[in-house]
Amino acid sequence: MSSRIIVSAEINGEPTEFLADERDSLLEALRDRLGLMGTKEGCNNGNCGACAVLLDGRLVNACLVMAAEVDGAQLTTVEGLAREDRLVPVQETFLERGALQCGICTPGFLVAAHALLQEHPRPTEEQVRYWLAGNLCRCTGYDKIITAVLDAADRTDVASG
Amino acid sequence: MQDLRYARASSVAEASRLLADGGPTARVLAGGTDVIVQARERTQKISLFVDIKHIPEAVGVGGAEGGGLTLGAAAPCCHIYDDASVRSSYPALVDATSLIGGTAIQGRASLGGNLCNSSPAADGVPPLIALGATAVIAGPGGERRVPVATFTTGPGQNVLEPGEFVVALEVPAPAPGSGVRFLRFIPRNEMDIAVVNVASALRLDGAEVAEARVVVGAAAPTALVVEEAAEALVGRPLSQESIASAAAAARAAVRPIDDMRGSIRQRRHLAGVLTERTLRDAARRARGEEVASHP
Amino acid sequence: MVAPAKKPYRVIGSRPVRPDGTDKVTGRANYGSDIRLPGMLYGRVLRSPHAHARIVRIDPSKALAHPGVKAVITQADFPAAEDVITDLGETASNLKWLVDNVLASDRALYHGHAVAAVAATDPHVAEDALGLIEVEYEPLDPVLSVHEAMAEAAPRIHPHMHTVEMLARFSPGPRSEHDIPNAASHLRLEIGDLEQGFAEAEIVIEREYETGTAHQGYIEPHNGTALWNESGELTVWLSTQGPFMMRDQLARMLKLPVSKIRVIPMEIGGGFGGKIPMYMEPMAAALSRKTGRPVKMIMQRDEVLLGTGPTSATYVRVKLGARRDGTLTAAEAYLAYEAGAYPGSPVGAGGMCMFSPYSIPHQRADCYDVIVNKPKVSAYRAPGAPAGAFAMESALDELAEQLDIDPLELRQRNAAVDGTRRIDGAAFRSIGNEAVMRAAEESPHWNSELQGENRGRGIAMGYWGNGGLESSAYATVNRDGTVGLVLGSVDIGGQRAALAMQIAETLGIDYEQVKPIVVDTDSIGYTAVTGGSRTTFASGWAVHEAGLEIRRELEARAARIWEVDAALVHYDDDGVIRGPEDRSLSFAEIAGQLHRTGGTVQGKADVMPEGTGPAFACHIVDVEVDPDTAKVEVLRYTAIQDVGTAIHPDYVEGQIQGGAVQGVGMALTEEYVYDDEGRLRNASLLDYRMPTTLDVPQIETILVEEPNPGHPYGVRGVGEVPIVPPLAAIANAIHQATGVRPRTLPASPRVLLEEMLPEA
Repeated sequence: MSSRIIVSAEINGEPTEFLADERDSLLEALRDRLGLMGTKEGCNNGNCGACAVLLDGRLVNACLVMAAEVDGAQLTTVEGLAREDRLVPVQETFLERGALQCGICTPGFLVAAHALLQEHPRPTEEQVRYWLAGNLCRCTGYDKIITAVLDAADRTDVASG
Repeated sequence: MQDLRYARASSVAEASRLLADGGPTARVLAGGTDVIVQARERTQKISLFVDIKHIPEAVGVGGAEGGGLTLGAAAPCCHIYDDASVRSSYPALVDATSLIGGTAIQGRASLGGNLCNSSPAADGVPPLIALGATAVIAGPGGERRVPVATFTTGPGQNVLEPGEFVVALEVPAPAPGSGVRFLRFIPRNEMDIAVVNVASALRLDGAEVAEARVVVGAAAPTALVVEEAAEALVGRPLSQESIASAAAAARAAVRPIDDMRGSIRQRRHLAGVLTERTLRDAARRARGEEVASHP
Repeated sequence: MVAPAKKPYRVIGSRPVRPDGTDKVTGRANYGSDIRLPGMLYGRVLRSPHAHARIVRIDPSKALAHPGVKAVITQADFPAAEDVITDLGETASNLKWLVDNVLASDRALYHGHAVAAVAATDPHVAEDALGLIEVEYEPLDPVLSVHEAMAEAAPRIHPHMHTVEMLARFSPGPRSEHDIPNAASHLRLEIGDLEQGFAEAEIVIEREYETGTAHQGYIEPHNGTALWNESGELTVWLSTQGPFMMRDQLARMLKLPVSKIRVIPMEIGGGFGGKIPMYMEPMAAALSRKTGRPVKMIMQRDEVLLGTGPTSATYVRVKLGARRDGTLTAAEAYLAYEAGAYPGSPVGAGGMCMFSPYSIPHQRADCYDVIVNKPKVSAYRAPGAPAGAFAMESALDELAEQLDIDPLELRQRNAAVDGTRRIDGAAFRSIGNEAVMRAAEESPHWNSELQGENRGRGIAMGYWGNGGLESSAYATVNRDGTVGLVLGSVDIGGQRAALAMQIAETLGIDYEQVKPIVVDTDSIGYTAVTGGSRTTFASGWAVHEAGLEIRRELEARAARIWEVDAALVHYDDDGVIRGPEDRSLSFAEIAGQLHRTGGTVQGKADVMPEGTGPAFACHIVDVEVDPDTAKVEVLRYTAIQDVGTAIHPDYVEGQIQGGAVQGVGMALTEEYVYDDEGRLRNASLLDYRMPTTLDVPQIETILVEEPNPGHPYGVRGVGEVPIVPPLAAIANAIHQATGVRPRTLPASPRVLLEEMLPEA
C-alpha cells in the first residue's frame, strides 16, 4: 500500500507543508492534495507542457517531477504569476490578443512564456517558437500566442526601462 | 503510478547503499523524464527511486583536473548548454542537449539518465562517444570508469552491475584542430524520438583528416561507431568524395529496424545523409568556424 | 487583413477582452477535471488489449478484495439495451451499439475498447485495481482497413448487419440489393447525367487517394464526475460540447427520465467534435449508484487516443471530365470511410462537400460507411470534408497542370455562384465563393514570387455547409443598466464574447455592460452542441431575439412612464428610447425605473433558425522539401475565408489559424499507426505528432465578409471550413517542389522519401 509523506516547499511565495502520497507526481500533489487546479494535465507524460511550473526558477513539467522531490524547493505555478491583483504583462497580452480559445493549455504557456521573458527579455519570434515548442496548443495554431509573447516582451521592456 | 518509495541521497556512498539495499527494482532518479514515465506506465518494475540530484558530484558542470570537462550525470540539459565552457569548447553537447525534448524537459533531463536509459535512439549518446567520453561509475565495489562507447550493450541494457550508478561523465579536452557535430532527423522539429541521429568528430591536420569518428544512433541495437567511415576519411584531405565514401560506409554499417518511427530503407538512407551533414559541419568547427546548433 | 464590413456596427467587429479571460489566464477557471466533491471516489477504465476478441469471462473478485476498492462494473450493470439490428433489421440509431461502445458486452471490437471500470478511494488505488481485474479473451481476426473489410470473404464484424441504402444523409432506407461485407450503408448523391457529362469531356482523369486516422487532439482529456443520489437523481459535471445531448444520451442508456438528470458543463479544454459522445459518464454514473458516492473519472492520454473517436481513415477515388478550356463537365467519386467498430462515419459529408465549390452539371458520389476494428469515429471539425477535398483539389491541380491553366484560374472558371446546384440538388444563395477566389487572386501571398530551390506553392478550396439547430438564451436587465446573459451554449473558444457582443449590439449598449454565463441543463432550454460552426450563428439568433424582446418591453415601460401610447415610443439602435416631445430615456435610466413600473424585464428566446450561410475557404501555402530527407517545411501560409460578418475578428482569425494548423498536421505528421494485430502503436503525444510552434509559420488570414442574409448580423459559421483545404494545398505545394504527387496522407518523410528516392 501507498505511504504518506510530508513535503515542505515554498509555493508561490508561501511556505507550504502538505501531505502527499509517496507516489504522487508534483502535478498530482498540486491538484489533488493542494487544490491548485490551475496547473493542467494534458498528457501526463511530458509531451504537452500543460503542467509547466517553475521549480527553483527552472521550467519543468510537473507530471515528470515526483512530489517528494520538491521538499525544500521553491515553486511557481500559474496561480503565482499575478501578484497583488496585477496581471503580469504576458497574461495581459494573452487577453488582449485573443491568444487563448479553450484555455486549457494557457497556464502552461503563460508559465513557460514568463520564464522565457525572464531569461530573454527581448526574444525574436524564432526564440519564442523554440522556447515554447514543448507546449502544445490545439486551438490557436500558435499565431496569436507568439504575437502575445512578443507584445509582452515589448511591454516588459517599457515597464522596466 | 506503481507503488514505490522515494529516497534522497546526499553522497555517492549513501546512494550506493540505498541502491544496493533496494535490490534490482531500485532505480536512480535523475531528471526523471524516462524513469517516471516507465514507473507510471508500469513498463518496468520500480519499487524505489534514489534521487541523486543532491549529490554535488552528480550535478556539477565544469572543468576537470588536467583539462577536459566533467558533467554530473544528473545535471540537467539546461545547465549543460548554458555553461560557457561547454558552449565554447563542446558545441556538440549544445547540439544534443538543446534538442532533447522541449524547454521544460531540458530543465530536468540529464545526459547520465539518457545514457543509463540505454535507448538505441538516445540523443546524448552519439556525441558523447564522438567526444571520447567516459562514464564514472560508483558502486559497492568502488569506482570504475567505462568508455561511453562500450557502456550500452543493447536496447535498455548496459554494463551497470547491481548497486552501481553513473555519477559523472568525463569528456577529454578537445584536441586542437578538432570539431564535433551532432544532428538528428525527426518528422517534426521538436518533441520527437530520433529516426536516426549521427555525431561526427574530425581532427584536421592542415587540409588532411588526422582523426575521424562517425557515430550513428537509432540504426542498430546500440549507437554504432562506424570504423569504415573513419577509414574512408583519415589520411586524406576532406573532400566531396571522402565524405561520400564515409556516408556510404555508414549506410552499409547500420542494422536498422522497421518500426512506427522509421523504416529500414529510410533509416539507412538518413544515416548517410546525416553522416555527410555532420562531417561538413564538424570540419567547419575544426577550422574554427561558427556552426550554430540550430538554424 | 479585413475587408470593410457591410454595415456600420457599434460593437460587432471590435476586439474586446473575453469575459472569461481573466479566470483563464490566472488558473482560476474550473474545467471538468477540476471538480472536487466530498467523499469523492476515483474511477478508472480497463481496456481491451486486443483489436477483436470474444470476452469469455470477467472476474473482478481480486480487485474488489483490494483495500480501497469500492466497486467494479461491467456492461451487465447497465439496463439491457434492445438490439434494433437483430430485432428489427435496420440501422437507425441502434441503442445496443451506443451502449456497447461505452462498455463492451460479449466482444471487444477495438484495441482500447472499455471492458470494465473500477472506483476506489484514491486514484493510485483505482489504477492498481485495474491490474487485478481478470479478463479472459479469445482473440479473433481483426479487420483493419476498408479494403480488407469490403472484400468478398471478409469476416463480418457485426454478423447481422446488412448494407442499407441511404435515402439522403442521415435518412436510412431499405436494405441494399448489393450487400457488401462490413459496409453499414451506401449513399448515392447525384445530379445531372454522368454519362453525358463524361461524353462531353475532352480530357478525363481518374485518381485514388487515401488519408490516415487523425485525432482531434484537444489538450484536455475527457473527464466526467457523477453523483447518483438516493432519490435516483443523477448529476454529472464534465467537459462537453453538448450538455443537453449528453443528458439525452444518458437518459436513453440508463433508462432514466430526462428530468432526473442534470448535466453541469464545466469549462471545456477543446473538443473539435470529439467531446460530444458519451464515454465514461455512464460508467461514473453506474459506479456512483453502486457506491452511493460521487465518482470522478479522467482519461489518461493513451485512453483518449485509444478509446475515443478520431476521424475516419479514408479511401477516395475521383474522376473528372473537362473541356480543353478547363470547363468541368462531369465529376464522379467513390468514397469509403472507416466508421470504426460501429456505423457512423462522416462519409456522406465527404461526398456532399468535395465538389461544392464548383459548378459541375453532372455529378455523382457513392459513399460507403465501413466497419473496421478501430475506435468508433467521432466528429472532427468539418467531419468528412477534408479527405474528400484532398481528393478533388489534388485532382483539379493535376487537371490544371495537364491543361496548362493556372490552378486558381481553373477554379475561378468553374466557381459555384448563387443559383449553382450542389450534388444534393439544392441551389446556393448568397455565397462568397467567387469573392474568396478573387481575394486569393489579389492576395499579397499569391502575388509574391516564390524563390529558391525545392520550394513549391499550392492552393486549394474548401466548402462546409455549417449548422443551425436549437439554441436558448435569456437576458435580464439589472437596475444599474447592466445585463445578465444566460446561455445554453458552452464556451469552447470565445462564444461568451461573441454572444455578449451581439446582444450588446441589439440593445445598443456597451459590451462591458453584458455579463454572460453558461448554465446547466436544468437552468435553460434545450441548446444543441457547441459545434458544427453553429454557435455564433444560432445562439447569436437567440440572444438577438432575447434582445428584441427586451427592446419591446422597455418601449412599453417607457410608454407607461411617459403615459403615452406605446406606438409613439421607439427603442433606437443607440440604446436610447425616444418618445413624443423629445422625451428620451437611456438604457441605464429606464433600467433604474423598472422596479417601479412592473418589475424585472427579461428577454428570452428559444430558436431553431433556418438560413445558415455556407462557408468557402481558399488556402495558399508555400513549402520547402528537403531533397535528402523528404521533410516538408511550411514556409508561408495564407487562409482566405468568407466569414459572413466577423463578430470578434480575433476569434474568427483564431478559428481559421487553428483549423489550418490541424489541417497541416493531417497533411504531414498525424496518423494512427497500427500493428498487424490492430494494436495502436502510437497512443501518446510523443508519437501522435501534432504540430508544435516550430512546425508552422504565422498563419496569415484574409477575412472576406459576405453577410449571410439568414442572420440579423450576417453571421456565417467560421470554425470548420478552415480544416478543409490544407491537405490538398500542401499536397499540391509538395508536388510543385518535388514533382511527387502525394496521394496518401500524411505525407510523412517516411512515405515521401520512398517516392523521392530512386527505385531500390
